[in-house]
Amino acid sequence: MKSPQDLIRFVLPVAVFAAGLALWEAIVRAYGIQPYVLPSPLLVLKTLVADWPVLSQSLGVTLLTTLEGFVAAAVGGVVLALLFNQSKWLEYSLFPYAVVLQVTPVIAIAPLLLIYLQQQTAVIVCAWIVAFFPVLSNTTLGLSSVDRNLAGLFQLYGASKLQTLLLLKLPAALPYILGGLRIAGGLSLIGAVVAEIAAGSAGAGSGLAFRIAESGYRLNIPRMFAALLLLSLAGIVIYGVLALVSHLLLRRWHESALGKDN
Amino acid sequence: MAEPALSGPDAGSAVRLRGVSKTYDGGVTALGPLDLDVRRGEFVSLLGPSGCGKSTALRLIAGLATPSTGTVELSHHGAARRGSHPIGFVFQEPTLMPWATVRDNVRLPLKLARLPAADADARIEAALDQVGLAEFAAAYPRELSGGMKMRVSLARALITDPDILLMDEPFAALDEITRFRLNNDLLSLWRDLHKTVIFVTHSVFESVYLSERVIVMTARPGRIGAEFRITSPELRGEEFRTSVEYAAFCREVSNALAPSYAGQAGA
Repeated sequence: MKSPQDLIRFVLPVAVFAAGLALWEAIVRAYGIQPYVLPSPLLVLKTLVADWPVLSQSLGVTLLTTLEGFVAAAVGGVVLALLFNQSKWLEYSLFPYAVVLQVTPVIAIAPLLLIYLQQQTAVIVCAWIVAFFPVLSNTTLGLSSVDRNLAGLFQLYGASKLQTLLLLKLPAALPYILGGLRIAGGLSLIGAVVAEIAAGSAGAGSGLAFRIAESGYRLNIPRMFAALLLLSLAGIVIYGVLALVSHLLLRRWHESALGKDN
Repeated sequence: MAEPALSGPDAGSAVRLRGVSKTYDGGVTALGPLDLDVRRGEFVSLLGPSGCGKSTALRLIAGLATPSTGTVELSHHGAARRGSHPIGFVFQEPTLMPWATVRDNVRLPLKLARLPAADADARIEAALDQVGLAEFAAAYPRELSGGMKMRVSLARALITDPDILLMDEPFAALDEITRFRLNNDLLSLWRDLHKTVIFVTHSVFESVYLSERVIVMTARPGRIGAEFRITSPELRGEEFRTSVEYAAFCREVSNALAPSYAGQAGA
């Protein structure tokens, strides 16, 4: 918050948010709308506090699934891209299937996965399917955008394949990989939610998405909103953390992490 | 006029090209056939219009590309020291790794040769000192000016103590004052280190100022159009740049270069 410009950029969205909430609260009160149709923001907040034991447990389940799916997507995407980069044959053979996996809506695949896999595994696989492609395609792009002359220099000095990979290709691809991971973070949350809704399981192992579906059946709309709020917050935090990691890793050298003055 | 200061007794051949040509996959012949001999310790410029294959010639000499016909021979004192390499290459762009500090950029050739860091450090400091960048060892490339980046690139090329220094229009993107300074620094490095330098440029003035021999190349496919031996007083400096001899050489070389541009649009 250094300049007035920065202050405005921070204050404006907050003001819009506050005004929106106030309007919402006012309309609910003025027209006496029932909570099972539209709960007021205050009621949502109260429900969040009152149902915290249930909701926090579900939040934990969903976050864990998201994290597992994300890690699988990150590792899988980067490793697959590295393999493709080393072998054109492998890339030509497998890349089309990666695309097929990406363009088929995961919500259509999820019920099928639930038949063949254990529920918990199926949910993680769903998160992985949605999230790995941006990592794969970004890493592939990064690995192949190495400066031609730098590559020539490595060749001149007789660098081994491993040296070229570790000292040249991976650092050059890092900004692209991090960009892919930032997208994958949000997508793995979406994948986890989609799979949870498809699975529709109850009990201790049920995540936030299940709570939303369940609350819908029971017309417990305030809890629906509370769960939705938590999901949204989780998405924001995931994005923020990944953006921070990316900034910390790139701030010394990459254009994207430098201020306008530099 | 006196002979250049550094023809030296050790005047064996450093680079020998015989019938070298390069034809790309598309069927375009970029270069040759070309015969070229460069003496050990000689400073030779390849001068020609863009697209005449002079950069290709450098890449062939460096082994970064293979000739379609002909042979490339290098003779050098074998790699006596660990971390030494017979060839140093300086590109038109500084070609530095943006994620690494100046020190680590200069370290690269030694690292690729798996030289222990302790042995490398002293050599890196010396190389940075040589190009006047000792204080900037910990800086990142983006923090340096264009001229300083080029000096880092030069230090990296010199760190392996190469016999042959190949330079591909290294100063073309710099402003004139910086280019003049780097020209002078390069000349004094060449005098001190006794390297063989093959310098590709499209600037008549730069080639005459720097070289003992200027080779004018024809338009594509590049061949040798003319050769000039540039003789000068003992040490070249700014006064040479304004001398009558310098102007005369430049005129001669320009005239020889003119046919290479004939028929080119906008020439």
